Amino acid sequence: MLVVEKNNLSYEIERMVKEYGSDRQSLLQILQAVQKKYKHISDFAQQEIARMMNIHPVEVYSVISFYSFLSTEPKGRNIVRLCKTIACDMAGKDAVETAVKRELGISFGETTIDQRVSLEYTNCLGMCDEGPAMLINEKVYTHLNPEMAVNILNEIK
Amino acid sequence: METTLKTSKKRTGPVLFSNYQQAYGIKKAIELGRENILLELKDSGLKGRGGAGFSTATKWMLSAAANAEKKFIVCNADEGEPGTFKDRVLLLEYPELVFDGMVIAGFTIGAKIGIVYLRGEYEYMLPLLEGFLNNMKEENLLGKNILEKEGFDFDINIRLGSGAYVCGEETALIESLEGYRGEPRNRPPFPVNTGYLGYPTVVNNVETLASIPHIIYKGGEWFKKNGTDKSKGSKLFSVSGDCGKPGVYELQWGTKINELLEIVEAKNCKAVQVGGASGVCLPKSQFNRSLAYEDAATGGSIIIFDENRNMLKILINFMEFFVEESCGQCTPCRVGNTKLLEGVKNIEKDEYTFSYINKLKELGKTMQAASKCGLGQSSPNSFISILDNFKEEIFYSNSKGIKNVKA
Ligand SMILES: Cc1cc2nc3c(=O)[nH]c(=O)nc-3n(C[C@H](O)[C@H](O)[C@H](O)COP(=O)(O)O)c2cc1C
Ligand code: SF4
Ligand code: FES
Repeated sequence: MLVVEKNNLSYEIERMVKEYGSDRQSLLQILQAVQKKYKHISDFAQQEIARMMNIHPVEVYSVISFYSFLSTEPKGRNIVRLCKTIACDMAGKDAVETAVKRELGISFGETTIDQRVSLEYTNCLGMCDEGPAMLINEKVYTHLNPEMAVNILNEIK
Repeated sequence: METTLKTSKKRTGPVLFSNYQQAYGIKKAIELGRENILLELKDSGLKGRGGAGFSTATKWMLSAAANAEKKFIVCNADEGEPGTFKDRVLLLEYPELVFDGMVIAGFTIGAKIGIVYLRGEYEYMLPLLEGFLNNMKEENLLGKNILEKEGFDFDINIRLGSGAYVCGEETALIESLEGYRGEPRNRPPFPVNTGYLGYPTVVNNVETLASIPHIIYKGGEWFKKNGTDKSKGSKLFSVSGDCGKPGVYELQWGTKINELLEIVEAKNCKAVQVGGASGVCLPKSQFNRSLAYEDAATGGSIIIFDENRNMLKILINFMEFFVEESCGQCTPCRVGNTKLLEGVKNIEKDEYTFSYINKLKELGKTMQAASKCGLGQSSPNSFISILDNFKEEIFYSNSKGIKNVKA
């Protein structure tokens, strides 16, 4: 990472720590904010958060590793999460899954080379009456079929 | 690209979906005073709608009686049980019920802060919910001296989860709110004494809180006209799977599974999963059972499987869920779920003996007894009930006969 980038990241984290507070109970919110903005929480970001909150970096890492929406490895600009739980599975998730993989040329758990999309599975999204369902970032898409899913994916930047 | 979410279904029902005007419950609560609210609540017989079914009046009384500098109300909106989506509908379409319920809870136990723990998957609801809370502030339904009642201060914050089913367990939820890994704590102590930041905390499900304004405004007597002796009131059922009309239904406690299947237009139904992946899978012969705390209990998830479904594939899906969602803190659950999943896969490959199956069922029973929290205690339910109730399909039929089915 360039020095300027590091400085910017530190500055941004400091701003977030100010916004949410440096008490332990703000940690998850700060991690969520960093994840949202930088699509992952880098080693450097973890150290900075730990330093500013006065906790050990391992504590920060241990929290990140617990939550499936937080990651230490860079993700794409858009994270697509396809529900693989029972109701969506019965409603035709397999066909959507295949179409999406083919269209993007990557498997689930991978990110496109241009960093546009990361594909992931997720468990029940609470949309079981309207499956198959997926999230793109925080938005939810339901009643999917393979063609629709691919069209939606092709529209995101 | 706009979201494809639709929530325009017409909703009717005797209690939750009956008429309610925002703030009426809060006004009535102020009139009644703390003692009478608790009496009304006790009279209603309301039990928690989040799954465990603990008496809401008792929970509130315990924390009202606790002597502490601060207290908290937490709305559990982590809704992660497969097949459950009624809290989504309440939050999106009836936020006034949930939030008025929280305000009344705060008034009753003497808490000044309410926290909604909203699952990360529901982040799209934030703008709507926050807008709603702002309106409540403008109308003095939140903030200081609510409805001009001196000293009645209450505010609501929303905090997001980050994709972990186990955080719906109340002590894991509190750990998560405190900025830690969402690992369940030993209970006791219970949150009513030692909750968020060590202070007395009432954790209630979205639906439980949404029932409160109705009960306070219309009375415990009115509420308990619905339901059965042991299960008072009505219940929201999230119905999905093989049926003509999936969705959220408000029905009387005590409704028979058969009746529900008719209402949702389920045809050729072979099995019903009651209570989500943590619940049990019932065969046709048990469809005359009642949905109630005392019979087929459920937090509301009903998943319907028709004749064409392969029960073993369904079980694999459930067990994969638990292997992924176990927090890994205790051995019976962490190792047990992996063994059960391996077991179902071995059955699918036709590599099993009956003594192996019996050992796995024993393991399931050990997990029910020895796991630290409800996740590991209930994850063997599907395993045991599916292998017991559908043994003909799984073990006796020629495997070729079921190779072509979907699911
Ligand atoms: C693994 C697990 C997940 C749970 N998930 C939820 C949930 O998403 N929502 C909920 O209200 N309760 C959930 N519960 C139950 C809570 O621990 C707690 O009993 C409930 O929030 C109490 O509220 P109630 O009395 O209003 O039902 C879960 C329990 C376990 C063991
Ligand atoms: S039962 Fe499972 S989820 Fe619960 S504490 Fe043990 S390992 Fe964690
Ligand atoms: S099973 Fe996919 S949203 Fe519930």
